[in-house]
Amino acid sequence: MTLGTWFALFLALVLAAECVRVLRQRGRREERWRRFFRQRTTSWGLGILAFLVIVALAAPLIAPFDPNRQLDIVHLKNQPPSWTFLLGTDVLSRDVWSRAVYGARVSLGIGALGALMAVSLGTLVGAVAGYYQRWVDAVLMRGVDVGLALPRIFILLMAVALWDGLPFTALVIAIGLTSWFGTSRLVRAEVLSLRQQDFVVAARALGAQTGRIIFRHVLPNAAAPIIVSAALGVGNVLLLEASLSFLGIGVKPPDPTWGNMIADNAPSIYTAPWCTVVPGLAIALVVMSLNAVADGVQDALDPHEREPA
Amino acid sequence: MTVVTWLLRRLVASVAIIIAVVTFVFILIHVAPGRPCAGQNEIIDPAICERVSHELGLDRPVVEQYWRYLGALAHGNLGYSFSLRRPVRDAIAETIPFTLQLAGVALVLDFVLGLTLGIYQARRANRLPDVILGNITLFVYSLPTFWLALLLLLMFGEKLAWFPVGGPNNPVLCPLVDSAYCFGDRLWHLVLPAMTLGLVGAAGTARFQRAAMLAVASQDYIRTARAKGVSERRVVLRHQLRNALLSFITRFGLALPFLLTGAVLIETIFAWPGMGRLAFEAILTRDYPLVTASALIASAIVVAGNLVADLLLGVADPRLRVRAARDLDIVTA
Repeated sequence: MTLGTWFALFLALVLAAECVRVLRQRGRREERWRRFFRQRTTSWGLGILAFLVIVALAAPLIAPFDPNRQLDIVHLKNQPPSWTFLLGTDVLSRDVWSRAVYGARVSLGIGALGALMAVSLGTLVGAVAGYYQRWVDAVLMRGVDVGLALPRIFILLMAVALWDGLPFTALVIAIGLTSWFGTSRLVRAEVLSLRQQDFVVAARALGAQTGRIIFRHVLPNAAAPIIVSAALGVGNVLLLEASLSFLGIGVKPPDPTWGNMIADNAPSIYTAPWCTVVPGLAIALVVMSLNAVADGVQDALDPHEREPA
Repeated sequence: MTVVTWLLRRLVASVAIIIAVVTFVFILIHVAPGRPCAGQNEIIDPAICERVSHELGLDRPVVEQYWRYLGALAHGNLGYSFSLRRPVRDAIAETIPFTLQLAGVALVLDFVLGLTLGIYQARRANRLPDVILGNITLFVYSLPTFWLALLLLLMFGEKLAWFPVGGPNNPVLCPLVDSAYCFGDRLWHLVLPAMTLGLVGAAGTARFQRAAMLAVASQDYIRTARAKGVSERRVVLRHQLRNALLSFITRFGLALPFLLTGAVLIETIFAWPGMGRLAFEAILTRDYPLVTASALIASAIVVAGNLVADLLLGVADPRLRVRAARDLDIVTA
C-alpha cells in the first residue's frame, strides 16, 4: 500500500459517510425518510454499500497493484497480510486486496444488473398479468409456475457449461432471465388488489390509457415490495454468481470476482486462509447491508405491515 | 368442491408443469453446442463419434427424439445414461438416498433451531438477546453456503479433526450401513455437510419466524386471550404460534426443494455422492438422459413441496379451505 492508496481509501470512507449524513439530514424533513432511517442498521447498511460502490468505481486509485499481475511467484506467494500487502497475497503471488477491490466491480456489477433485469421483467409480467386478468393472467401465471419449478442452478449450469464460458453480458442476461418468477407473483398480487381501488377506477373512468394507469397509478403504490425484492435480489444474484464461479463456470479467469477468488483459493485454504476468507466476508457484508436497507425501505413505504417498535 | 377434486386438479397441473420443465430442459440441452461423444478434452475419431451418435439415436431430428423420450417416459423409462453406461433409473435410485439423508438432517436442524430461535427472539423482541441473536442470524443468513462449508471444513475437519473431511462413510470399516456402528459412522460423516446447510437455513427460518410471531403479536385476539387471563405459555403456544405457523408452512414448502437442489455445491465440497453432484457431472459430460431426468426429479420436488404446503395450510387454517373452494368455483364457473 502506498500513501496515495491509503489516502484514496480514506477519501472513499469519508465520501460514503458524507453520503449517508447528507441523506439523513435531508430526510429529517420528510416523514417517509425519517421512518427509513429509524433503525440504525439501515444507515450502516447504506454507508457500507456506498463505500463499496465508491471503491468499485475508483478501483484503479484504491488498488495498489494490478489485480492480475503475478508479482513474484517465487518469493511472494501466500504472503500473510502486511503493510505492503494489506490482505496478503494468493498462491500466484497476486495482491488479494487489489483483487478484492477489482472483484467488487464485477461482483457488484453482475449483482446489480442481474437483479435490475430480473425485477424489471418480473414487475412487467406481474403488472400485465394482474391488470389484464382473464386469459392473459392465466397464460402468464402458468408460465411462471413452470419457471418456479425449473431447477435454476441446473439451467444456469447448462447455459454456462455448454456454451463454454459465457461473456459477462450473457451471464447477466442468463441470471436475469431465470430469476424474475418470484417477483412477478409478488407484483401480480399487489396489482390485483390495487386495481380495485377507487383511484384506479377513477383514472379509468377519466379515460386514462392502460399504460398510464399501470405505470403512473398502480405500480408506484406497489413500490415497497418491488424495491425490497430488488434489494434482496441483488444479494441473491451475488450469491448465485459466487456459486457458479465456485463450480468453475462463472466469469473467465484471470479477472477477479469475489466468487472465483473463493473458488481459486479454496485448495490453499489451509496454508493461506486469508485469500478465501476476505471475499467471503465481502459477499456477506453486501448481503447483510442489502437486507438492512430492505428493512428500512419496508419501514418507510409500508408502515402498517411492521410491528410496533 | 371437495378436497378430492381440488387435489385432482392440482395433480393434473403438477404433471403439466413437470412435462413443461422436461420439455424446456430437453430443448435447451439439445440446442446447446457440443455432443456427448466429443468428451471433455479427449480427441475421438470422428467416425466412431458418428457411429455412437447413430447407435444412441442422436442423429435423428430433435422433435423425433423428444417424442421418443416422452413415450419412454410414459412407460416409466428414464432412459440410458451415456456416461455411466447404465440405466438412469439405477443411477438415480443409488444417489437419491444420500441426498435425502443429507436434506433430511439439514431440514430438521433448520426448523428445530430456526423455530426455537425465532420464537425466543420474538418473546424478547428488541431487547438485548434479540438484538444479539438478530445480528448473528443476519450474518449467517448472508453467508455463501459453500464458503461456510469451506471454513467449517478447515476448522472442524482439518485443524481440530473432530469430523471427517468428506465422503459418506468409512470405506474400510463401513462400506454399507449394516450395523449400529456403521449407522453412527454415517451420522458422523453427515455432521459437517448437514450443519452447513442447516445453519444457513436455520438463520433464515429464525428471522422469518420472528417476524411472523411479531406480526401476530399485535392482533386483537392475542390481547383478548391475555385479558381473559390465559396463561402466558398458552397465549404464546396456542394463540400466537398457531397463527404464525401459517407463513412457516409456506416457507417449508419453498425450502424443501432448495435443500435438495441447492445441495450441489455442498455435495461437491464434501464428496457426498448425491443427486446434485450426479446432475452436475451429467451436465459436464453432456449426458442428455441423465440431465433431463435430474431436472424432472428436481421440478417434481418443487411441485410436491408446494402441494404439500398447500395441503398443510388447509389443515392448519380452515379459512383457506373455504377460500380455495371459492377460487375453484370461480375457475369452473
